[in-house]
Amino acid sequence: MAANMKAVKLRIKSVQSTMQITKAMELVASSKLRRAKERSDECRPYFRELHQTLVDIAEGNTDFSSVYAKPAAGSSAKGSASAAAGTTDRYCYVVIAGDRGLAGGYNSNIFKRLEADAAEHAASQTDANGGASAGSNYVVLPVGKKAVEYFKRRGVEILTEDFATVADISVADCFEIARLLCKEYREGRFGHIELCYTEFVSMLSQRAEIYPMLPLTDLESHGSLSADAPDAGSAAADASSGDSPKKPIRNLILYEPDSSEVFDAIVPEYLGGFIYGGVCDSVASELAARRNAMEAATSNAEEMIEKLNLSYNRARQASITTEITEIVAGAEGV
Amino acid sequence: MSSFPLRIGTPDGLLFEGDAERLVCRTITGDLAVLAGHCNFCTAIGMGEAHVVFEDGTTRYAACIGGMLSVMDGTCRVLATTWEWKEDIDKDRAEEAKKRAEERLSRQGLTDQEYANATAKLHRALVRLSVKQ
Repeated sequence: MAANMKAVKLRIKSVQSTMQITKAMELVASSKLRRAKERSDECRPYFRELHQTLVDIAEGNTDFSSVYAKPAAGSSAKGSASAAAGTTDRYCYVVIAGDRGLAGGYNSNIFKRLEADAAEHAASQTDANGGASAGSNYVVLPVGKKAVEYFKRRGVEILTEDFATVADISVADCFEIARLLCKEYREGRFGHIELCYTEFVSMLSQRAEIYPMLPLTDLESHGSLSADAPDAGSAAADASSGDSPKKPIRNLILYEPDSSEVFDAIVPEYLGGFIYGGVCDSVASELAARRNAMEAATSNAEEMIEKLNLSYNRARQASITTEITEIVAGAEGV
Repeated sequence: MSSFPLRIGTPDGLLFEGDAERLVCRTITGDLAVLAGHCNFCTAIGMGEAHVVFEDGTTRYAACIGGMLSVMDGTCRVLATTWEWKEDIDKDRAEEAKKRAEERLSRQGLTDQEYANATAKLHRALVRLSVKQ
């Protein structure tokens, strides 16, 4: 009985120290979260305006002279680019995950979302090419240590590992990423660029999302950013059904000096801004996810300690009772 | 004069949202003014001075560096990489940046990347200083 008591006591101690750690992590995450949330809130209007403007342009655009505006299917159908046809179907994902674990499902959610999207694209490609396309046909640009680790383990082609720590990514870094992506895109290493990040919906809910960024024709099909619409599915459906008759009318934008030059100048900026917005949101989401996970862990630990205390007291009481019985029995014997 | 809705945003936040009478901004092809009733329009912003005339006739100057300007259905959106109102510009910091960039440019054996970075830094510092003066 004494051995059992000791084991329970040790267990209580270990749970207590774990609780201390989770409690501390929760506090750290909530104080960091406040700052990250401010940054994300500041950045959000820019992010949304940028997206809306680009969607408007993509919807009204009929001039495909720029590399960035070209529909991906068109370039592979041209024949002259038959060698590049395999690569124009390729997707490049900018994946923003966390630097550390212990954030609930934050990291795994984003990877799951990505896998689902990649599988979908792979399926539609094999349909289109009559089963000629290869399996996992995508490259990634991971941001955050967890993302780098994950894709290395999976053996997915990685564009660069220069941006491994998401915590110290600045605006300048985002523009660096954008320049790199544009260069690779122009060289035809891939035909689509998508941003994979976690949207900060509220303190309690974060959503892994994928947004197409390039070519601009991808934006058009995706519709507007459903940031504050809780029923995103129906909103997107409404937008797409409402857009088709409207399209021909809106098609009157003046580009100065001409559309391809404007796109060449704007697209790197746009990518940079978009990635920065994604990073801000993801960092806030990561901290919120960690805070929630740690809060749950702390309350679980409390519950566990309560239960263990109960069984400890029971064991103590049992041992005392046995002792008394023994003493009484001994006294009677005398 | 009539006014139009104007929104100026940077990655650091929405700097201005409201009505303006006139916006003058440096684009990649030169200075450009936007008045009310502009047609749908889109261009890229260069590096230089910009100013906005508000409804009450006051003018605010700013330094703008990179980004895009679009007019859609009468609403003007300026999405700049950097947009600093004249009063927000840190003159000492710009002076220092200018000095540092000049120093770096005077050095020998720079790579293309370093050279491009230093010239860009110098350019930005010069734009800020010219707006501030």
